Amino acid sequence: MTAYLTALRAIVQREALRFVRQRGRFIAALVRPLVWLIVFAAGFRAALGLSITPPYETYITYDIYIVPGLCGMIVLFNGMQSSLSLVYDREMGSMRLLLTSPLPRWWLLLCRLIASTVISAFQVYTFLGLAALYGITFPAVGYVTVLPALLIAGLMLGALGLALSSTISQLENFAGVMNFVIFPMFFLSSALYPLWKMAESSEILHDICAVNPFTHAVEMIRFALYAQLNLPALGWTCLAGVVLMALALWGYDPARGLLRRKG
Amino acid sequence: MNGLSVQNLRFAYGQKQALDGVSFDVAPGEFCALLGPNGAGKSTLMSLLTRLFTTPEGRITVAGHDIARDPRKALAKIGVVFQQTTLDLDLSVYRNLSYFAALHGLSGREARNRIMAALERLDMAERAHETARDLNGGHRRRTEIARCLIHEPDVLLLDEATVGLDAAARRSITDHVHSLARDAGLTVLWATHLSDEVRDTDRLVVLHQGRILAHGHAGPMRAKQPLAEYFLALTGAQV
Repeated sequence: MTAYLTALRAIVQREALRFVRQRGRFIAALVRPLVWLIVFAAGFRAALGLSITPPYETYITYDIYIVPGLCGMIVLFNGMQSSLSLVYDREMGSMRLLLTSPLPRWWLLLCRLIASTVISAFQVYTFLGLAALYGITFPAVGYVTVLPALLIAGLMLGALGLALSSTISQLENFAGVMNFVIFPMFFLSSALYPLWKMAESSEILHDICAVNPFTHAVEMIRFALYAQLNLPALGWTCLAGVVLMALALWGYDPARGLLRRKG
Repeated sequence: MNGLSVQNLRFAYGQKQALDGVSFDVAPGEFCALLGPNGAGKSTLMSLLTRLFTTPEGRITVAGHDIARDPRKALAKIGVVFQQTTLDLDLSVYRNLSYFAALHGLSGREARNRIMAALERLDMAERAHETARDLNGGHRRRTEIARCLIHEPDVLLLDEATVGLDAAARRSITDHVHSLARDAGLTVLWATHLSDEVRDTDRLVVLHQGRILAHGHAGPMRAKQPLAEYFLALTGAQV
């Protein structure tokens, strides 16, 4: 067991060091949601009225509504960033080093997921701090209860990135992932608008949003920020996480995985 | 057996047969050169030996452990240097090695002692705190060889470990690895396409188009011919 934890610590440390070195990545990860919060939300604030739906107990402004979605956005983008670095690692060879360790492959890949999730959570807390300075705060206990939600969402979205990275043969193909995975996942979710608003314009779009695992990750985070548990959202996110992790492990199986196809 | 044993290994990328019935043994303390031109199947063989790929056809035994049945025990006995560098260039030499040690479950004082011993063995101790990016090609390779010794493997696999290095660095690294086989009793499989890295006392396996053309000891195999000529004649005849 000690060997497992030693490897976990080393992989988390390595990812943290890499993150610290890439200051641009950190700044981009913060600027992106801040632009949405300060510019986009300001515009929509006047246009969009939000009724009282759980977990909110009173009318809220749009910028308050959007913050949990932006937390989800950070986790989503970080999951994809992590997947990008996996593809890079594979092209650069360091993935080989990881996969030739005598520890089980599932554990090594899970360590990578945990590392990326820890970094996501750190970014989200920094963003929540900046949002607080901007005047958007949550109940104090919400800042604690959101942590497990962030970790679960991070693992699920990291597993998505891992599964995707096993299907991407080259770094250049990653742009396709942005267009066909990240943007649809983000826009077809409850991150920017509540599902009932979506239903008013299109039932089909509403249904797509309702099955999107990212919607459930965002709702889980939203409720957790108010110290509430959204059990269906938690269940969906966990289920999606398990399925995506299974796909990722299948993708990295030495008997049929990507490394084999690359030759 | 201990050492390395490869029996009747076959592997294909789709329709293309990359390895076709490859069999050879390398005893402990033996340096075995796997000589083959580009595209012979050396890297594919290395990937199978390190379980980056698997194949249902054939059998690989590392230090007595069947890699298909007991992959973790087999991998724990292997030290590998890949053709492409796997150092994190932004980390120091020491950090690169301690990361690797942790992937093998080693930490604390034990890891530190083993890292320093491996670096000293490769004359790299003084550079422990230099960033990998600042090292020249030869020193990067030495770092990788030191790294693959940390967990005290029985079998070393080196895939074109001298590629891109100048003559002096190539000589120095081949000497070091020969000494690891001779003095430390390690089983070494050294994949190369350069015949001047092979000594007469080395075991030699000539691989071409996925098949073994010849194997034995390099001296008797080449007889009075220079090895390069012997190799060209052997592989040229098969084109």
